[in-house]
Amino acid sequence: MTEPWIEARFEENFLLTTVEQAINWARESSIWPMTFGIACCAIEMMAAGAGRYDMDRFGAGAFRATPRQADLMIVAGTVTYKMASRIRRLYDMMPEPKFVMAMGACTIGGGPYFKWGYHVCKGVDLIVPVDVYVPGCPPRPDSLLEGLLRIQDKIRGHRIAKQRGDGSGFMCRGQKVEDELPLPHHSGYVLAPADQEPMRDHQKVTPK
Amino acid sequence: MPVPQRVVDALCGRWAGLAVSEFRGQARVVVPREVLFDVLTSLRNEHGFDMLVDVTCVDYLRYRGAAQRFGLVYLLASTSTNDRITLRVMLDDPDPAVVSAVPIWEGANWLEREVWDMFGIRFEGHPDLRRLLMPEEFAAHPLRKDYPLQGRGERHNFPVLARREA
Ligand code: SF4
Repeated sequence: MTEPWIEARFEENFLLTTVEQAINWARESSIWPMTFGIACCAIEMMAAGAGRYDMDRFGAGAFRATPRQADLMIVAGTVTYKMASRIRRLYDMMPEPKFVMAMGACTIGGGPYFKWGYHVCKGVDLIVPVDVYVPGCPPRPDSLLEGLLRIQDKIRGHRIAKQRGDGSGFMCRGQKVEDELPLPHHSGYVLAPADQEPMRDHQKVTPK
Repeated sequence: MPVPQRVVDALCGRWAGLAVSEFRGQARVVVPREVLFDVLTSLRNEHGFDMLVDVTCVDYLRYRGAAQRFGLVYLLASTSTNDRITLRVMLDDPDPAVVSAVPIWEGANWLEREVWDMFGIRFEGHPDLRRLLMPEEFAAHPLRKDYPLQGRGERHNFPVLARREA
């Protein structure tokens, strides 16, 4: 990943970094989501934006009411067939670089409506490319914030540098350096020790 | 608020063939299709029911003792007296159509579009009778009881967008 800022090597208030890192840092700390909720998941998204969970800590609390000013589309809710074309249109209207977070079971794959819903699109990734999937029905605001952090990881891996071309001529066109996709994080799953007492009632085996 | 008896009496005195019933103090009037528009107009202009709360529909297909298939329901309210009244029109299958209530209440526009979308009941004289909830190319009326519970292959017919096209 990226190197840290080079600090404290020179006199005070002077630091050195790369353009790439400065841009990525600016981008990842001001992800503006679009005000866009289509079902019950949106309530959790609003909770994530409100004081208790405070998405503003990550610079992502400025919900924009227009796709032109938004960087992130949190698709929070059931995507119906009728809404599908609208979502694609909103996505097309967003300026690059843009990110899509699929929040909730409905958005990831149809959710409760997967099997027989005559009106629900079976996953928003049939319509727009999705960067981060946040599962749950609905996901807790913590999960949404986790998804936001993963998007920040993704931004941090952006490369704006170019490789040298064939070297002919001044200002030669090169190829863009590939982005570094972030490694998946530790999921947090810990194997329970075998000798541990069951903690909840439903874990206990009732003797016959 | 129970609907005042004078409203029910006035309706029954003016049109024959209304069936009135009561449930928990709420009057429910079954109106023949032919006089529906006149009854609605009179309720609004003479009895002060200035608000159309909802237009919705029930499909009585294979329902015990039901003679006709659709029951189209109008819920009206009066904002000055707080009265409420429920009107119902029974419609049958080959041509379930009624006169649109948009000339009386502008708010009927989307309500009737929704009923058209979900039940396929035509509203004659509606200014813009398009589907409201389902996409335009959808062919069926999904809240009818004979629409299959498992859908008609909506899961399989959706065009999948490949990542390289996105
Ligand atoms: S995933 Fe669950 S909570 Fe979210 S929109 Fe679907 S049904 Fe609602």
